[in-house]
Amino acid sequence: MNTGEQYLKAIYLAQRIEDGPAATGTLADMLDVSPASVNEMIGKLEERGLADHEKYKGVTLTDEGIAMAEDALQTYCIIERFLANVLEVEDFRGEARALESVIDDTVAERLDTIIDRRDECPDCFDAEADKCEYLEPIVDAD
Amino acid sequence: MSLGQRVSSDHQLARLLQIGVVLEEVVEARAYRHLDSLSASERADLDDEIVELLEHAAEESEEHRERLAGLVEELDADTVAYEEIETLVEARYGQTSPDDFDGVLYDALCNEETAYKFYDDLIEAVEASDADYALDRDRLLDTLRSIREEEAEGVEEVTEIMERRE
Repeated sequence: MNTGEQYLKAIYLAQRIEDGPAATGTLADMLDVSPASVNEMIGKLEERGLADHEKYKGVTLTDEGIAMAEDALQTYCIIERFLANVLEVEDFRGEARALESVIDDTVAERLDTIIDRRDECPDCFDAEADKCEYLEPIVDAD
Repeated sequence: MSLGQRVSSDHQLARLLQIGVVLEEVVEARAYRHLDSLSASERADLDDEIVELLEHAAEESEEHRERLAGLVEELDADTVAYEEIETLVEARYGQTSPDDFDGVLYDALCNEETAYKFYDDLIEAVEASDADYALDRDRLLDTLRSIREEEAEGVEEVTEIMERRE
């Protein structure tokens, strides 16, 4: 998943959590980067027609941006599920975040053949819990 | 969240190599599954070169898997028993089996391309990192590059067969 896709996914999840535009501060916290980096990437996403930025309000994804963010979130869900249920990783969230930049969506598609994922994915992704609401880890740290 | 591709710890490296092991297992299982899933008449119609291709793909994946597993062992990481993954893969791979020769070839091409992409990204991420791993970096990169090269040859091989069949 490339950096742009990681931003789209973060904006998508922040919009869900905040039930409105995603604040740049929230995105900086989620992505662990500086607000300046967030602003720079938002500019690029705007140029590509994937997001709209309104000063003092935040960022909103366009329809095209939403479609790409949903694909990225599906890939992320596959990585989390694979880690939690195939490799039995306790900290599957932390490891998915660490690995997502190295896992391409074509690779995720292959991993998807050996996990259970619901048809409504990624609608069932719980943004607050940072995992699919139906994901039941084999080893759960909670 | 980690932005940018880099492998910063033994743990992360071990996890990525484990993912490689599972990918190879999926390729191996699918190649054998494709051969097994064909009816007697379909098998009779199947060109020898396709049978050879699938058998070679399965053997090569097994060899890649063993080389990757050897690297993981040196990293002293917690790993799931290979047998557990094998059982899981065998239980699942049948769900997405293609239903004709061209489907089989296309699937074989996807396998090789996916594996190539995985190793290419992994090599790039290791190269971008200045972390000291418990195993020798040069040997790690040599192993990954040689596996990537074999995947690239696999892509060429399948593509040539597909072009001949057109």
